[in-house]
Amino acid sequence: MSRLPITAASLGLLSCHDCDLLSKPTDGQVAGVCPRCGAHMHLRKPNSLTRTWALLITAAILYIPANLLPVMQAGSMFGSQKDTIFSGVVYLWNSGSAPIALLIFFASITVPLAKLIALTYLLISVHRHSQKRPLQRTQIYRLAEFVGRWSMIDVYVVALLVTLVQFGGFATIEPGPGAIAFGGVVVLTMIAAMSFDPRLIWDPIKEKHD
Amino acid sequence: MSEPLAVSSLIACHECDLLHRRMVLPQGGVARCTRCGAELYANPRDSLNRALALTLAAAILFATVNFFPIVDLDAQGIVTKATLPGSALALHDTGMTSVALLVFTTTVLVPALLFAAMLYLLIPYKFGRTPPMLPQVLRAVHMLKHWGMVEVYLLGVLAALVKLGHLAIIKPGPSLWLLAVLVFVLAAAVSAFNAHDFWHEGESSASDLSA
Repeated sequence: MSRLPITAASLGLLSCHDCDLLSKPTDGQVAGVCPRCGAHMHLRKPNSLTRTWALLITAAILYIPANLLPVMQAGSMFGSQKDTIFSGVVYLWNSGSAPIALLIFFASITVPLAKLIALTYLLISVHRHSQKRPLQRTQIYRLAEFVGRWSMIDVYVVALLVTLVQFGGFATIEPGPGAIAFGGVVVLTMIAAMSFDPRLIWDPIKEKHD
Repeated sequence: MSEPLAVSSLIACHECDLLHRRMVLPQGGVARCTRCGAELYANPRDSLNRALALTLAAAILFATVNFFPIVDLDAQGIVTKATLPGSALALHDTGMTSVALLVFTTTVLVPALLFAAMLYLLIPYKFGRTPPMLPQVLRAVHMLKHWGMVEVYLLGVLAALVKLGHLAIIKPGPSLWLLAVLVFVLAAAVSAFNAHDFWHEGESSASDLSA
């Protein structure tokens, strides 16, 4: 493969995000329609930074009720018990299911928080036109985009427990308001990662990097 | 760079925008960006036949998974069952419609649409025809891949089994095994599906028309 430190943008070419066709926009236009597949083309994802910031801040706010409010409440003839994400992890740990406890802790608490921090870091570095470690920042972006979906585990656990534990007066499990907030965090951070354009990391890079 | 010919032989990395010259890949080859390592394009071995076979298998597995219980729970003789669409319905019944929709969309609706869209493209293509609305459907496939979470659901089932294991008797249902197989077949189908096949087909048919 040829080693040209030349980008599509530097030649005024638009790359179609759907079919990869390169084309020159018509005079005066910044964006256009792909001549091959008809997709709307943009030099970079539209308003990438603003959109990502907005989604990220909303997700960060929702992260608080997602962790403080109960994600489910178990009711039985012995009374009721509310479980937050964290108390659910503690329960699993104490009942001897350490691997699953660690899995849930990682997927539900670490991953969303790490994603919030990683995307904030990427956004700030792009605002500062940072030239440092573009490859590592791209790898952080890829990781953030890849792991986000796994946070959904806890939502599915709640869904399954609610389905299975329905014994009238004997015992029931109901979802708590924390589940809505938590689902919101997962979806918003996923969309935030999708709306971030990793090419913005590379735009200030002038020299050839290896 | 005024000649359009030169442009069509180039590809820009969609993660760092570096331009590369397109090359013919050997079977099973993958072209990666020389600067950031992102995948530029691939040439999966026998991609059409493999993608079609695997997608058909995955669609059949998925249709079957929906009808049988994933787990049975037996608490002192009272048995409840959970099916894949049933877990979304149960959430809806408790009034958590937003969470129910999220579960239904990511585990039932999106996978169903993904299989439909992939087969819609692959079957006509197998017989040498280009289906109508090709760009829109390909775009849909790309988006649906992000939001289908069957594999995450499978892990959720395992976590729920552990959580309930010491409260009641848990019996894995037939759909649990089907779901486990589905996760692998689906991953193989998605990696065999090569969007570039369709664009190159579109390109040659467009040049046929103009000739």
